[in-house]
Amino acid sequence: MSGRTVLILGGRSGIGLATARAFAAAGHPVQLAARNVESLETARTDIEIRYGVPVTLHEFDALDSASHGRFVDSLKILPDIAVCAVGVLGDQKEGERDLKSAILVMRSNFEGPASILSELANRFEARGSGTLVGISSVAGERGRATNYIYGSAKAGFTAFLSGLRNRLSGTGVHVVTVLPGFVATPMTEGMDLPPRLTAQPEDVAAAIARAIVKRKNVIYVRPVWRLVMTVIRNIPEPIFRRMRI
Amino acid sequence: MMPRMTMLSGWGRFPQFQCKVSRPRTAADLRHLLAEGSVIARGNGRAYGDSALNIRATADMRHFNHMLAFDAASGQLTAEAGVMLGDIISAFLPRGWFPPVTPGTKFVTLGGMIAADVHGKNHHRHGSFGGFLDWIDVMQADGQTVRCSKDENRDLFEWTIGGMGLTGIILRAAFRLARVETGWVRQTVIPAVDLESTMAAFEAAEASAYSVAWIDCLSSGPRLGRSLLLLGEHASPGDLHAAAAANPFAIFERRKLSVPFGMPSIAHAAPLARAFNAMHYWRGARDARARLVDWDRYFYPLDAILGWNRIYGRNGMVQFQCVLPLDRSHKGLLALLSALSASRQAPLLAVLKRMGKQDSRFSFPMEGYTLALDFPVSPAVLEFLSRLDQIAVEHGGRFYLAKDSRMAAATFHASEPRLPEFLAMRAEKTGTRLFASAQSERLGL
Repeated sequence: MSGRTVLILGGRSGIGLATARAFAAAGHPVQLAARNVESLETARTDIEIRYGVPVTLHEFDALDSASHGRFVDSLKILPDIAVCAVGVLGDQKEGERDLKSAILVMRSNFEGPASILSELANRFEARGSGTLVGISSVAGERGRATNYIYGSAKAGFTAFLSGLRNRLSGTGVHVVTVLPGFVATPMTEGMDLPPRLTAQPEDVAAAIARAIVKRKNVIYVRPVWRLVMTVIRNIPEPIFRRMRI
Repeated sequence: MMPRMTMLSGWGRFPQFQCKVSRPRTAADLRHLLAEGSVIARGNGRAYGDSALNIRATADMRHFNHMLAFDAASGQLTAEAGVMLGDIISAFLPRGWFPPVTPGTKFVTLGGMIAADVHGKNHHRHGSFGGFLDWIDVMQADGQTVRCSKDENRDLFEWTIGGMGLTGIILRAAFRLARVETGWVRQTVIPAVDLESTMAAFEAAEASAYSVAWIDCLSSGPRLGRSLLLLGEHASPGDLHAAAAANPFAIFERRKLSVPFGMPSIAHAAPLARAFNAMHYWRGARDARARLVDWDRYFYPLDAILGWNRIYGRNGMVQFQCVLPLDRSHKGLLALLSALSASRQAPLLAVLKRMGKQDSRFSFPMEGYTLALDFPVSPAVLEFLSRLDQIAVEHGGRFYLAKDSRMAAATFHASEPRLPEFLAMRAEKTGTRLFASAQSERLGL
């Protein structure tokens, strides 16, 4: 597996950086893409020094779809693996009051990632090889009062990845859907997460690596979430609508 | 950056305190913390006692974990304070570099190594870690970061090395790795029948790169102080057998044992410990020829057992480590070991090491012999250790703060002629008292 270039979209995120390190440790050159990417210089040199692989920085704005074609062109090397770790949690209450805030959450978690992955899908398909990894969320499995703005965007993204996987079947391009539950990253920094259910970003990174090697389609991190979401998905609506979870 | 109330302790799991722990990511985060009051920086928590915990605010520095630069010509590595020694080895041993000084575990941070001014089995020849530092960036109470070295802000440099985090928050540092030809060590085991023989063997082994003695501290009478002296040299490629030569710098993914939580305190009955000691000595004495041992097994044997500190059971463990000046070492060690053998206490580990000359502002090592003993915590043990403290002080000894969890302030003050200057330094620079730990409060530092 080593030697193949990995692109991390959302290279500043906790999961993005952990994934970058995991792949670098396995000998992959890494492309880190983020906004204001120069501020990732410390992360870049750290990964290069630790693992001795080339790491390059690339300016990337998930919300600027018009720039995505140019962005892929600007990568000197078309990556073999692209991991999209772009996402923003937002504030549910704020999003209920302020439509602009809600729209930002929806664009950041669905439209933006879908746009760049579309662009990469076309290029990978033309080449006949590659792996696309989309980091969605268990929050997309069912909309609930406490975070449906984020959850609905992720639901859209999960369906998009599923459709992409279907479309690209047989073309040599594999699509992996990653469904993390709680992960201890800057995005969830202020939250009081239950320790037993909360994964470390390194756990997500390791699960992604395994999923690529084993050509898995959909993975949950931690695996217990598969069970949790099966239960949640199957609660009848008349009951679910009254729950507060 | 949301602080979280967490039960913290050192590696000995004694004492334990509920502390407000933050995990800052940036210098700005640290400045916010400083503005709020007293704080101590914490690395990986491998000090045995309460040096890296502050109930009001503990700053877990492990997000500051970037390697910043490496100069392959000089071996100088620049890294943030939260970088782990184990990661440094993983990154650089394959390129032929090894830490110039290493403590008994690789699960320590760079900041922790500096704050404790760690020493290793090569102290008699190469001194402590501080000797290999080129510069340190320390954040002061006012939020300003100062670069200190032998050439600039020298006082701050010298006080910070071994200063137990009490001079400021260490952000990053540059130090020199040492070149090694392979990742293997040629180990020789020399049995010594009593304390005199042990000390003579140490003196005879002055030229060895590494030396340490495992003492059978349950021996008494004529056998008091019998030990196994373990000597080590970095192996050259010519020393390696075929399997090792194929990959001389191999990093092994060792299958690790893991001690379960909540072990009851059964393993310490004196007869059991005596039997364990005797068996260990007999096996070691049999095996006196030179053997090739990989770096992980030679330098970090205990790291293979995850959570080995839990073997001591629920109450935790406490370590006694003192160093005695060379001219009083023999008498002092005799007194300590006699007291130990006369008591009913049974330490599980007892290590003796000859230390070389060192003249630091506040670091532990001095030329002489250091004795380290591990005990499970109990009221009887705590009382006994106070007696050992007295014996050490009577013989001009002093104590390793990275191991201390229970010493009385008066005892520490009696042992430390350098203390008045340290306290003056703390008082003189406004705000330095902002950096405080449960240990510094207990010892009046």
